[in-house]
Amino acid sequence: MSDDVRVRRVQVADIPDVVALDARITKLAKAEYWNDAFRRYGKRRLDERFFLVAKNRLDRTDSRVLGFIIGEVRAWEFGSMPCGWVFALSVEPAMRLHGVGSALLEAVSGEFKKAGVGKMRTMVARDARLPLLFFRSEGMMAGPYIQLEKDID
Amino acid sequence: MKLQISTQLAIFAALELTAREGRQLSVAEIGEKFGVSSHHLAKVMHVMGRAGLVRSVRGAGGGYQFAGNARRTTLLDVAQLFEDLSSVEQDTRVVDETPEGHALREVLNEIDAIALATLGSITIATMRKLVDRCRVGDGRRLKAALSRRKDQPRF
Repeated sequence: MSDDVRVRRVQVADIPDVVALDARITKLAKAEYWNDAFRRYGKRRLDERFFLVAKNRLDRTDSRVLGFIIGEVRAWEFGSMPCGWVFALSVEPAMRLHGVGSALLEAVSGEFKKAGVGKMRTMVARDARLPLLFFRSEGMMAGPYIQLEKDID
Repeated sequence: MKLQISTQLAIFAALELTAREGRQLSVAEIGEKFGVSSHHLAKVMHVMGRAGLVRSVRGAGGGYQFAGNARRTTLLDVAQLFEDLSSVEQDTRVVDETPEGHALREVLNEIDAIALATLGSITIATMRKLVDRCRVGDGRRLKAALSRRKDQPRF
């Protein structure tokens, strides 16, 4: 884990930073969604839900959120044994390639392990080059499940 | 999915050259490790050189160095130098203009799209990690096999 980054659980004061970071990346402000995510993943069932943020370890006066990750333990979906699902990961563009994403993934992986699961999964769009390259570089491989979809008439 | 021998050799060469930063190897050294002729490998290195992925170093102890960015160069970047992936990328041609032909083409395009996405998501640096992981796995398997052999009764 990068020595410059510390990862901790999200706090309510971090949410405006999370909203702003997500809006900078996705060009869509979703304050309601992230406030709801905080209520669901930052306050309840914390033994199996992990909403973590990365902060600057070296400069404690720098209170910015450098990145965040959300994961939870899911079980028995179509026969799947309990596993850790990562469904959100975002890193401040200026801070990429500085180990923030790796630190977040390592931290959530540690939480999953403490929760008793030995497998971590995520889902990425085929054309989302950056997150695909990142997850691959962290050792993630295609799993035994195939994502399927259809238009609902 | 099958890759041409040239593509495989290019990937192997890139992996060898990036095993250590600034590593420099001759075609003969790389060829020896993978049991291929220097002649074939020289052609592959020439194509990679034109693409800016390797550079040749002349003089005594000369050879090839990796010139690309191992954290940005994907297997797809290498494969595209040797494989015709254009038909895979946008195959709208339907040989059989029946609904069955369209349906089959849709399934085949899905397979191709997944293959391309996989190749495009794995960099040379990521492959190096995979190689190291396989090496550790091989070591463990060898140790386990030796241990099993030791436990076997001798006659």
